[in-house]
Amino acid sequence: MRKYLLDLTVAEATMLRTSYLLLRLHAASGPLPQMVPGQFVEVRVDGDAGSLLRVPISVNLYDSRRDELWLLVHVVGSGTRRLAALVRGDVVSAILPLGRGFTLPEARQGGGQRYLLVGGGVGVAPLLFLGQELSARGAEPTFLLGARSEADLVQTELLSAMGPVHVTTDDGSFGEHGLVTDHSLWADADYARVCTCGPMPMMRAVARKASERGMECEASLEGMMGCGLGACLCCVHPTPEGHLCVCQEGPVFTAERLGWTQA
Amino acid sequence: MSINIGGLQLKNPVLTASGTFGYGLEFADFIDLSRLGGIIVKGTTLEPRQGNPPPRMAETPQGMLNCVGLQNKGVDYFCQNIYPQVRQLGTNVLVNVSGSTVEDYAACAARVAALDDIPAIELNISCPNVRQGGMAFGVTAQGAASVVRAVRAVYGRTLIVKLSPNVTDIAEIARAVEGEGADAVSLINTLMGMAIDAERMKPVLSIKTGGLSGPAVKPVALRMVWQVYEAVRIPVIGLGGITSATDAVEFILAGASAVEIGTANFIDPTVSMKVIDGIGQYLDRHGLASVGDLVGRAH
Repeated sequence: MRKYLLDLTVAEATMLRTSYLLLRLHAASGPLPQMVPGQFVEVRVDGDAGSLLRVPISVNLYDSRRDELWLLVHVVGSGTRRLAALVRGDVVSAILPLGRGFTLPEARQGGGQRYLLVGGGVGVAPLLFLGQELSARGAEPTFLLGARSEADLVQTELLSAMGPVHVTTDDGSFGEHGLVTDHSLWADADYARVCTCGPMPMMRAVARKASERGMECEASLEGMMGCGLGACLCCVHPTPEGHLCVCQEGPVFTAERLGWTQA
Repeated sequence: MSINIGGLQLKNPVLTASGTFGYGLEFADFIDLSRLGGIIVKGTTLEPRQGNPPPRMAETPQGMLNCVGLQNKGVDYFCQNIYPQVRQLGTNVLVNVSGSTVEDYAACAARVAALDDIPAIELNISCPNVRQGGMAFGVTAQGAASVVRAVRAVYGRTLIVKLSPNVTDIAEIARAVEGEGADAVSLINTLMGMAIDAERMKPVLSIKTGGLSGPAVKPVALRMVWQVYEAVRIPVIGLGGITSATDAVEFILAGASAVEIGTANFIDPTVSMKVIDGIGQYLDRHGLASVGDLVGRAH
């Protein structure tokens, strides 16, 4: 897919709960390029002298009808705090769309295929877009979200419009107490594919669960990125076929390619 | 805007630095690659290399550390799979050659010498992120000379030697490689540094240290280009933290005949075009006919 360097205008910047920022963006001129769930954008606040590199952020939602891009950001470091200072009308520079996304069924060929989408923390971000695209193709997404506590759950209402939403929390404040892999739905889980995004140990455990049940699994990885274009080779992940660039070969990989299907 | 670097004719003095621009193709969506003075492709070795484990990158104030460690698929892969894609890009494509032993460097350079459309190599004796070879050769005059001598014997086209800043006297190293027949020197490679995660109480990078690049290193690079320009007669290519045409002009005034743009490509994939245009505007504004009129003018 062709990549673009575009200025994006902030249509709305909203804090969800305490530390999650939702940015709704339009291209400053012309339409946004097509995007696939699991792809990401490299964002830079223009004229920012304090930071150097762009911040990679996964696409939370691409709405082609409204020509709108949503980015869901967990505000944790200096880069994301600068994003949290953005207000309506501000302009950010973005390179997009980047990387390879989740495997989707062909248009309208997903008829009744059941997908399990497992997100941990801010890893829920790409699942909204993925759920939307799966639904549009006739597939049926089920969501399983893991969070530290009830206060860390975001966008559950939007997700529940597309399919059942199951939750586990570390402190038991909402849903089932424990990790996503402890959830009772795994007992009779039967999905065509499991898609996961979140902390690495969670994704590995999810991939193992899926593998034990003979289900295909794809995981969206993170890496410390320099360029986001496959040029610097900073963000590699070790796999059975060697160090693979997360930004170019991924960020979505099959569990098989990552060597996560063996116990 | 054109300039000659030890027999290599550049349409303008702006090249992209090895390891920051892939094989150029990664940036084809953003810029017209044929407008570049040249592309220096990523560090290439005789055998394939996996590089260092992650984490390989840490962001620092106005800079970044990397310890990629020369991950590449080897020179034969380059010759068979990459070269056919880059030989007709309409710009000079240079190969950055590295190795663990003097013999490896020479063997790798000999393979590249067989490629008609690669007009020059940049010899990397300054990578700080590999255990054997790399910077080990570039930190002594004797080591640097031994690699250049071996490569010069098998490589007839333009030979550029990329120098390490992690030395006491970079001018001495530059004189040593000039003495062995290098056609030009490029400097600086990254400065060795490190980052520590205070919460985890551990180094951030997998091999603890890495190479610092970005605007943070520019004053050091500029000083070294100045010193080397005074020490040798061969052309100097300047790099280190260039993000604008003004930065590039400063390097040329310090003595660089051409410049390389590195880390800035990550932040703005079109920066090289802006630098080319800006140098042209600078020359016009100062009534100068060519880049050559500017080289070393601050001395």
